[in-house]
Amino acid sequence: MDYIMNPAFLTDFLSSSLRLSIPLIFAAIGVVWSERCGVFNIAIEGCILGGAFGAAIGTWWFGDPLGGLLMALVIASLLGLLLGGLAVGLGINQLVAGIAINLLVGGMTAYLARQIMGNNATAPLPGFAVMPIPLLSDIPIVGPVLFSQGPLAYLAYVIVPLGWMLLYRTPWGLLVRAAGDQPMAVDTAGVNVQRLRFLSVLGSCMLGGLGGAYIVLSQVHVFTEHMSAGKGFIALGAVILGRWNPLGAAIACLAFGMADATQLRLQFGSPEIPYQLFSTLPFIAALAALVLFSGKVHAPAAVGRKFERSGK
Amino acid sequence: MIRLVATLYALRTVWALCIAFALGALLMLFSGGNPLAAYSALINGAFLDYWGISGTLVKMSPILLAGLAVILSLRGGLLNLGVEGQIYMGGLFSSIVALYVTGLPTTLHLILAILSGALAGGAWGMIAGVLKAKRGVNEVIVTLLLNFVAINLVSYFAGGPMMQDGAPYPYSEEIPEGLFLPIILPMTDAHFGVVLGLLIAILLWVLLRSSTLGFSLDLVGRNPQAARYAGVDVGRAVILTMFLSGALGGLAGSFEVLGLKHRLYHLFSAGFGFDGIVVAFMAQLNPLMSVIAAFFLSGLKSGALMMQRAIGLESTVVDAVIGIVIICVAASQAFTFKADQWRAWFARRQRLNAALAVQSQEAK
Repeated sequence: MDYIMNPAFLTDFLSSSLRLSIPLIFAAIGVVWSERCGVFNIAIEGCILGGAFGAAIGTWWFGDPLGGLLMALVIASLLGLLLGGLAVGLGINQLVAGIAINLLVGGMTAYLARQIMGNNATAPLPGFAVMPIPLLSDIPIVGPVLFSQGPLAYLAYVIVPLGWMLLYRTPWGLLVRAAGDQPMAVDTAGVNVQRLRFLSVLGSCMLGGLGGAYIVLSQVHVFTEHMSAGKGFIALGAVILGRWNPLGAAIACLAFGMADATQLRLQFGSPEIPYQLFSTLPFIAALAALVLFSGKVHAPAAVGRKFERSGK
Repeated sequence: MIRLVATLYALRTVWALCIAFALGALLMLFSGGNPLAAYSALINGAFLDYWGISGTLVKMSPILLAGLAVILSLRGGLLNLGVEGQIYMGGLFSSIVALYVTGLPTTLHLILAILSGALAGGAWGMIAGVLKAKRGVNEVIVTLLLNFVAINLVSYFAGGPMMQDGAPYPYSEEIPEGLFLPIILPMTDAHFGVVLGLLIAILLWVLLRSSTLGFSLDLVGRNPQAARYAGVDVGRAVILTMFLSGALGGLAGSFEVLGLKHRLYHLFSAGFGFDGIVVAFMAQLNPLMSVIAAFFLSGLKSGALMMQRAIGLESTVVDAVIGIVIICVAASQAFTFKADQWRAWFARRQRLNAALAVQSQEAK
C-alpha cells in the first residue's frame, strides 16, 4: 500500500483517472440535459463514436485538430437532429430511436473510415498539445493532475459548472427541467415543449461529440471501429448515480474514470492474466454503483414519454 | 378504400426498406460504387444459389434467435438490449459443458450443453430483471453494461483458462465431434440451429397468442396496472420475461458454438444481438414475421463478403446500409393507421365531391 503514498505514482494515477473520465463527463452532462428535458438519450454512445470519427476525418482533412473538433461537432449535431427528429418530432419510442442511431453510427463510421482514410487509418493524427497553466501547474500533485491538460479538458472544467448554472439558475434551465417533469405546465405557460426538447437533444448530442473528439484529439490520436466501447452507457449510469444533476454526474464520472485507471494499472501489473478480465471492471463498477445507490432515485417524471398537446 | 389505406400502413416496413435501400444506393454512389451492381451481387451472393443460401442460413440461426429474444422482452414491456452478452454467456457455458463434462452418453451430453447455454443466457438476462423488479434499476442500462462484461469475460476464458496450448489467438480446444449440431445442407456449414430457431419462433407465436403465460406477459407489457388488478405478479413477470428472453439469446450463442465454431472463440458473435433488435422492429414484434426478417437480414450480412469479392466494394457498406434500414424502420413506427382519422378524411372528401356535384349542376 505504500506506493499509493508515493507522490509520483499518485500524480500519475490521478491524472490518468481524470483523462479517462473527461469523455464520460462531456457525455454525462449531455445526457443530463436531454433527460432533464424529458428525452432519454442512449444515442449518446453513437454521438461519442460519431464525434470521434468526425475528429479523426476532420483532422486528417485539414491537418489541424481544430478542423477535427469542428467536424466532430458537425457530425454530432447531425445525429442530434436525427434523434430530435425521430424521438421528438415523430414521437417514436426514445430508446428505440437511440439504439437505432447507435447502430447507424457503428455501421456508417466503419464503412466511411475505410473509404475516406483508407490505409492511413492507423497513422497517428495530430492532436491538441498539453497546455500547462502557468503558476497553477506548479502546485505539487494538483498542478500536474488538473492544470497540465489539453484545451478540451479545460473546456470540460467549464462545462460542468456551466451546465449546473444553466439548469438551476436560469429561466431557461427552469423551463428545461419543467419540460422533463411537467411538460403540460410548460405548454400552458405558452412555451413550445417540442422546440425546447429538440434543442436540448441537439445540445446533448453535441456534448457527446465533444467527448468523442477528446478521445481522438487528446488521448489516442487514431480512429478505430467501435472505439466508443460502451463509454456512453457508463455515462448513462453516471447520470442516474448523479441524480440527474450535472455536478453529481461529473463526480460519478470521476469515480468511473478512477475504476478505469485502476484496471489499466492492474493490466500492466499482471501481464500473465488476460487483460480482458480487468476490462470488465469499469462496467462492473457502474453496475455495482447502480445497484447500491439506486434506492431513492427519481428520474424526471416525464422522461421517455412523448409530449402531445391535447385538444389539437 | 379504407381497407386499402390500412394495407398500405401495414406494409410500412416494406416502404421503409425501400427508402433505406434508396438511401444506401446514394451512399454507394457518393463513395464511388455502383449501387445496382452492388445490390445484385448482394442478392446473388445471398439468396440465389446453394452456397449463398447455406451462408444465409448459417447467419440466420443466431440472428433469428436474437430477434425472438428482443421480441419476447418487448412484448413483456421491457427492452432487452443485452442479447449480445447473453449470446456470449450461452456460448461460454455450452462450451464449458461440452469440453469439461465427460462420461455422458452423447445425446444427453448434447442436450445438457444446449440447456446450460440457455440457462446461462437466461441467468444473465435475469440479472436485469431482478434489479428492475426489486430495485427499480433501468433494465436498458443494466443489459447494455452487462454486454461488455460478458464479451470481456469470454475473451478472458478463451485467452486464459480455456485457451488451447499454442493457439495463435484466443480460442479453446475443439469440442467432441459427437456434440456438433447436425448439418442440414450437405457440404456446407448450415446447421440444425436454424431449424430449432424456426421451431422456437412458431412456439413463441403460439405461446404469445393462446396461452395464459403469453397473455399475462402481453398484459404486463401493455398495461402493468391492469395486470396487477388482474392478479398478475408484475415483479415476477418482469423477472420471468428477462429470463426467457435471455435464454433465447443464450441458445443463439450455444448453437453458434455447437453448430458452427465448434470452439469457444473470443469475440465469436459479430453483433448478432444487435441484429436481433433490427429483426424485432422489422417484424413489428411478431415472432412469425421475424423469420422472414431474420432471413432477409442474414442474407444481407452473408452476401456482403461475396459482394466485396464480386465488385470490390467494401463489405462494411452493408453494415452502413443496415444502419440506415434500422433508422427507416424505426421512423416508420410513427406512421400508425388511425381508422377514425382516415374515415373522417374520406367522409370529408365525399362531402366535398357532393358539394362540387351540386355546384356543377347548378351551373348547368
